[in-house]
Amino acid sequence: MEQLEQLITEQIPRLRRYARALIRGDHSRADDLVQDCLERAWTRWHLWRRGSDMRAWLFTIMHNLYVNDVRRYRNGPSFVSLEHEHHDIPGDGADTDEALVLEELHAALATLPLDQRSILLMVSLEGMGYAQVAKITGVPVGTVMSRLFRARQHLRKILSAPIPGQVG
Amino acid sequence: MKSGQTIADLDLHAYADQQLDRARRAEVEDYLAHHPEAMAQIQEIRRLDQALHSLFDPVLTEPMPTTIQLPWIKKRVLLRAAAVVAWVGLGTVLGWGLNNLVGFVSSAPMEAQLVRPAAFAHVIYTAEIVHPVEIGAEEEQHLIEWLSKRLRTPIRAPDLAASGYNLVGGRLLPSTDRMAAQFMYENTLGQRVTLYMRRGAWDNHATAFRYSQSRGVGVFYWIDGPLGYALSAELEKAELLKLAVLIHPQVKP
Repeated sequence: MEQLEQLITEQIPRLRRYARALIRGDHSRADDLVQDCLERAWTRWHLWRRGSDMRAWLFTIMHNLYVNDVRRYRNGPSFVSLEHEHHDIPGDGADTDEALVLEELHAALATLPLDQRSILLMVSLEGMGYAQVAKITGVPVGTVMSRLFRARQHLRKILSAPIPGQVG
Repeated sequence: MKSGQTIADLDLHAYADQQLDRARRAEVEDYLAHHPEAMAQIQEIRRLDQALHSLFDPVLTEPMPTTIQLPWIKKRVLLRAAAVVAWVGLGTVLGWGLNNLVGFVSSAPMEAQLVRPAAFAHVIYTAEIVHPVEIGAEEEQHLIEWLSKRLRTPIRAPDLAASGYNLVGGRLLPSTDRMAAQFMYENTLGQRVTLYMRRGAWDNHATAFRYSQSRGVGVFYWIDGPLGYALSAELEKAELLKLAVLIHPQVKP
């Protein structure tokens, strides 16, 4: 049991990051989702197969909680004015252009349909494979790929400037 | 499939996401070498990924908010608090009865003045999410000086980092007839142990470790010089003993 507690605890930072990206607005709503996920996991620990992927199991629980009760975790309208979230922008403000694009991206994420947003975040942020995301969200791999494609297209269209940065 | 043939947008995404098998990856790489616009698309995907990380990775290193409660700790604390309340209540009745029937019992002072108050203080304050301590570890020097002054004897907060426990802080407590000090420690799993100390009728004695346990709360206790010490935790006896052994030399007068 000790081991199970540790395995769950190790995933909390990732669960929080995902919830924060999924739910725009009040941070406490995102942490509510994480808390509910932990409670659900703890009461159903017997459903977890020892040795299987703890992250995938917790993300499945969290995904289902959110999808089944989106309204509960949404704080009013899904759009929150940018002024409220300046503290989300990393860096010291020296690179203003980049900060502005990030801010715009953050807002644009919220305009994605939920089924595209969650898949984009699991692939881009969590680095999960398509097959794993398909299993977590309960849709075929082909659907994961097309939703991911549409999510990236949408963000590309909505952003006023390309995202800066050097990549290899 | 020959290189250069039918490389679709979805293949480019799958390539950027490292979802292709080796053969298909080689084909896409071959295609990219001759199609700069496809390469630009890959880089755009990667920049988006990076931007998402820039936005949300800071969450990974944030301290855990106090609003998130580990469900296993919450549940155990409630059960054990109930058990200890019952235990303390029963002890009080028995102790009162014994004292009246046979007079002073030599082991009674440690049990009544040290072990039971320590265990009770342990369950009360380790369950606290918002105010587990009165003065936090960031003001350790001040905490030590203050408690030493109030208990009228120099006290120390032992270093338990070797066992993975870090000082959360401490507080002053009323005990049965004197003041007591409590230090709280916590590990990365959120498990908490407390060290309780106070003066008593046992002034300037020394004893070996003794152990007492009730429904999951274990207490190792001993006397050394002017103070009695009680270490409490919801841990196996062997684990708790390791901590007691680590503490004992550090608090020796």
